[in-house]
Amino acid sequence: MSDHTISITVNGKTEEHTIEPRLLLSDFLRHQLGLTGTHVGCEHGVCGACTVLFDGQPVRSCLMFAVQANGHEIMTVEGLAKSMGNLHPLQQAFWEAHGLQCGFCTPGILLTLLPFLAENPRPTEAEVREALSGNLCRCTGYQHIVDAALLAASRMEFGN
Amino acid sequence: MKPAPFEYIAPTSLAEALTAVRQHGSDASLLAGGQSLVPVMNFRLAQPAMLVDLNRIPELDYVRREGNGFIRIGSMTRQRTLERHPLIAQYTPLLHEALPYIAHPQIRNRGTIGGSLAHADPAAELPVILLALNGRVQLQKSGGARWVHGRDFYTDLFTTARAEDEILTEIELPPLPPRTGVAFTEVARRHGDYALSGVAAVVTVDERAVCTAARLVYLNAGDTPISATQAAALLVGEQADEEVLTAVAHATQQEITPTTDIHATADYKRHLAKVLTVRVLQQAFTRAVNE
Ligand SMILES: Cc1cc2nc3c(=O)[nH]c(=O)nc-3n(C[C@H](O)[C@H](O)[C@H](O)COP(=O)(O)OP(=O)(O)OC[C@H]3O[C@@H](n4cnc5c(N)ncnc54)[C@H](O)[C@@H]3O)c2cc1C
Ligand code: FES
Ligand code: FES
Repeated sequence: MSDHTISITVNGKTEEHTIEPRLLLSDFLRHQLGLTGTHVGCEHGVCGACTVLFDGQPVRSCLMFAVQANGHEIMTVEGLAKSMGNLHPLQQAFWEAHGLQCGFCTPGILLTLLPFLAENPRPTEAEVREALSGNLCRCTGYQHIVDAALLAASRMEFGN
Repeated sequence: MKPAPFEYIAPTSLAEALTAVRQHGSDASLLAGGQSLVPVMNFRLAQPAMLVDLNRIPELDYVRREGNGFIRIGSMTRQRTLERHPLIAQYTPLLHEALPYIAHPQIRNRGTIGGSLAHADPAAELPVILLALNGRVQLQKSGGARWVHGRDFYTDLFTTARAEDEILTEIELPPLPPRTGVAFTEVARRHGDYALSGVAAVVTVDERAVCTAARLVYLNAGDTPISATQAAALLVGEQADEEVLTAVAHATQQEITPTTDIHATADYKRHLAKVLTVRVLQQAFTRAVNE
């Protein structure tokens, strides 16, 4: 099967890679680029752990082939904090409000919330729950995640 | 790696894509949003030898309204785009109402209208909306195109009238007559899951609020979307009184054929269909009168 050479921008950095077409975007990010912050839970679109931003919009990276991202921009959870020890305000809010326990679902949840809060700077609790309906968490019971999202929204001046 | 190996091409024009499907025939699968195809490839339930990716064909991504009121939607238009489109909200409120029930925002960001219609899942929302709005789909192959009515498009479980070398290119939705009300509702275990039962109603009334035409279309009630034409015909000449709506809801039971699965029994799905029928009809009548 023929390989393809793609040029892809991940967290602001453009790189060229030669890959098999069947390589999932999630596996490309984790294995080729070593960006293991993108988690894989179900690998069939149900859990949301693998959510990344594709040209700014949240998508399931387990339901795309890396070859399809040729020429596009991807943002993973590693792109959130400007530097080590300098959390993104959304991450900061999760830390303060105990929005995670094991953290497996957290990267997908952060990348779902980032564009959601940019579009809905003052969401209601119900809107936050609806926005998170595609992300499964097996630990928290969601309450602290919702609290964290609302805390982040209250500080929405953070920009991106 | 999860999926089996395949060759991949990403044509940048419809003409190129049509040539590719003609050349590769049953070896090739079309890749739209991938939200149904990639899961089955990850399970290796589907192992296409070649993928023809339609995502780099901008000419299949559009929403237009014509002078005569017809809405035309390119097959590669994302579900999320439609959900936010002002023309869809204003002129096809039934489609607008149904879209948020499909999965989750992350899935609608990739999933396309054409992909959902072609996939022909009897539990999906969009095929039901196509039938309820009396829409048609355009199928193109190299050297030809044809139009197929929604009601003729679905032939069996996950099966359509589309031939292997055809690409679904456009969806056409005619304007609704004056004094027409629409409504859609469904019941799912969790928000975003495929629904256990769901129904779309389209009701037209005259000046005296008497029904002159009606359509009722069900999801997850058989092998294809089910249009309960005989039950809907009972509405003609009637007003929205409770007895009539209940009788219609009973009559639909003759036309729907839900089956028991791990999510619910056939009996429970029938019960839901009955309750939801009365609900959507009340809403559709009210909207028709207030139109
Ligand atoms: C977790 C999850 C939950 C979901 N929940 C729902 C739900 O509640 N309701 C619902 O309706 N859907 C649901 N879906 C499915 C989703 O809506 C898909 O987007 C849709 O069914 C398929 O559209 P697609 O563009 O992704 O098509 P693809 O997955 O790319 O393609 C699906 C099939 O259609 C064929 N095809 C695609 N485009 C064309 C074309 N233009 N011409 C001819 N053939 C074509 C493909 O070859 C393939 O066989 C869910 C999906 C997931 C992963
Ligand atoms: S790993 Fe992608 S949705 Fe679960
Ligand atoms: S914190 Fe463990 S899955 Fe969400």
